[in-house]
Amino acid sequence: MALTGMQIFKHMPKTNCGQCGVPTCLAFAMKLASSSATLDQCPFVSEEAKAVLAEASAPPIRGVTIGEGEFALKVGEELVLHRHEKTFFNPCGYALLIEDTEDPAAAGAKLAALKAATYERVAQKLRSNLVAVKNASGDAAKFAACVKAVAGAIEYPLVLMAEPAAIEAALAATPLKRPLLHAATKVNLDAMAALAKKAGAPLAVKAASLDELGELTAKLDGMGIKDLVLDPGSRTLKETHQNLVYIRRASLKKKLRPYGYPIITFPAEETTDDMMETVHAAVYTIKYGGIVVLRDLSPEKAYALYVLRQNIYTDPQRPMQVEQGFYPINGADENSPVLITTNFSLTYFIVSSEVEGSKVPTWLGIVDTDGLSTLTAWAAGKFVPDRIAAFITKADLAAKVKHRTVIIPGYVAQISGELEDELAGWKVVVGPREASELPAFLKALK
Amino acid sequence: MAFQAPVETSTGRIRELTLGAKKTVATGGQNALAFHGFEGTLPNAPRIALEVYDTAPTDWADELKRALGDVWADPVAWAKKCEGEFGADLVCLQLAGTDPNGLNRSAADAVTTVKAVADAIGVPLVVYGSGNTEKDAEVLKAVAEATQGKNVVVGAAIEENYKSIGAAAMGFGCKVIGQTPIDVNMAKQLNILLTNLGVSIENLLIDPSTGALGYGLEYSFSIHERIKLAALKQNDAMLQAPSVSNLGKEAWRAKEAKITQAEAPQWGDQRKRGILWEALTAVALMMAGSDILVMRHPEAAKLVRQTIAALGA
Repeated sequence: MALTGMQIFKHMPKTNCGQCGVPTCLAFAMKLASSSATLDQCPFVSEEAKAVLAEASAPPIRGVTIGEGEFALKVGEELVLHRHEKTFFNPCGYALLIEDTEDPAAAGAKLAALKAATYERVAQKLRSNLVAVKNASGDAAKFAACVKAVAGAIEYPLVLMAEPAAIEAALAATPLKRPLLHAATKVNLDAMAALAKKAGAPLAVKAASLDELGELTAKLDGMGIKDLVLDPGSRTLKETHQNLVYIRRASLKKKLRPYGYPIITFPAEETTDDMMETVHAAVYTIKYGGIVVLRDLSPEKAYALYVLRQNIYTDPQRPMQVEQGFYPINGADENSPVLITTNFSLTYFIVSSEVEGSKVPTWLGIVDTDGLSTLTAWAAGKFVPDRIAAFITKADLAAKVKHRTVIIPGYVAQISGELEDELAGWKVVVGPREASELPAFLKALK
Repeated sequence: MAFQAPVETSTGRIRELTLGAKKTVATGGQNALAFHGFEGTLPNAPRIALEVYDTAPTDWADELKRALGDVWADPVAWAKKCEGEFGADLVCLQLAGTDPNGLNRSAADAVTTVKAVADAIGVPLVVYGSGNTEKDAEVLKAVAEATQGKNVVVGAAIEENYKSIGAAAMGFGCKVIGQTPIDVNMAKQLNILLTNLGVSIENLLIDPSTGALGYGLEYSFSIHERIKLAALKQNDAMLQAPSVSNLGKEAWRAKEAKITQAEAPQWGDQRKRGILWEALTAVALMMAGSDILVMRHPEAAKLVRQTIAALGA
């Protein structure tokens, strides 16, 4: 539970030495309370105070990392129920389900396709995150062989879905970096706990009810196993959605530690319809899933989910921004018209989408306006003649096109004269106000 | 350890509106967040309104042509198909052809189409204008007059034309959708203006503007969540009107929904891609609390209907 500045102050050395960078211990305590300082900045804090404050300042939902290095996935550490309250922090991970009964060649092809399905959108790389290997055969040796093949085919961290004996066989046969073990249950708890400890791996906990789930995580926590992921056991959209809401609230609002972990969900085990599977995954992307396991991550499904995840996990306080520059669309060349707009990602997407739809080769000039939209940027002095002119000169537009005309959004028609003054030799044309009018506008230019 | 279900009851409730006349459909009425049946009552599932256009679309995706091309030149046939074959809860007639920057069809022409469609279907009718401020004021007034007694929904009234549309709704007895640009306070303010004008709050719906998946969905999503939280938890009467997401046209404007597989092989199956682009937009908005989803593709609508059932509403 978050402490107030005064509560934290009680544990401070009260020396006012100033070595933390602020003049008094009280001021430092206030900074700690608002998370704008960290305890290690105080050289004199006692061990006892550290323990008390660390416990109190631990995130209500623990962050759990699966895998290591470039492809590691961190989930959890969420602080709010609704993204507008602050933001959602660690985007959920999508896992492709591979069963050890599948034809190895077919599984290999799926993994190759998964690896290839990476995209870039607003300077973010969009891709899946994990592969879940399930011991559907019940045969430990077969599972170990399948895990080995998957680990050899893709660098993504793995989720090992099996009983302890099969997981032990897989771990013995293939060295894996922090795979997620799924799952400890009330039946196999001790064996799974031992495996997780030995492998230094995070552990998923599966229970038949939320009561049981909390009992199991409390027990594991007592055994020193902290990196846990919850599987509430439900396998219908309705129940899983309810469990996700309950668990998120229990951890954030009731501060119930046994439920303060990220959650794994299984659209793959909830429906056999490929389109419905994507929709289940969408619901869990929106409402509190940490890991989402699917059978089908074909591009048309995966890309829609990646974009949804990007939308949901965007920080509402910080608009997404596109990099400044001139973007050729529809094969723009030296004779193509030049549109100028702001780097607010939404403006960029809508304008570029309309231009692409028009099929007219066009240069789209994106001015860095700190992610503000056209009118807001103009009002804030970020989409004004001198800045636009400086951008056009710096980006050397004159070398890209033979003509000397730029088109500005209709909403900032008022700057056209001044912009012409700033840009000697260029003509400024006022375009439409709405992006939806661009196709007609561009076609009429020809 | 017994898990205490962290249920949160609400003091507020979304107003329940009954739409239509021949076959009525209720919307709203819930006193819990979307699909939170475990802590309140949800008398009406989100409703799906399928789109019909007054004029044949010209530049729609191939997939839409495949699904709707046989009827899209005839609004009456299209509307009948929406009700009979596609199972629409409502039909939403989009009067895009009245746009002065397009075909500029007259209000009288629009009324002819509206009446023909209204007479052909049993389910309630929603009529959206073209989005042109002045023209919508003229067209929607005529529509309200011509559909008196049918309890239709007209929209969108915006800050610049709410007086004429609101007055028509009062005079001819229809429901009105107030549309504002992604802002809770503006949504509330427009409802205050409309009620000050004399329109009963019982006849208002909120359209807080819609961005599709990848094109501003996060804004529409959060605005819907904030409106529903204010309505339910703060008991804000002016935000307790059911909400509408006019999402079909936004989703199908996205290049991800319409580009061909030959042009974008990296995005996979063209048909499923378009359907999912619309369905995921709709699912996100209904999870955020939207009560009426205006949709375009019958398969996307079907997927959303299945989702509503699977979520237990």
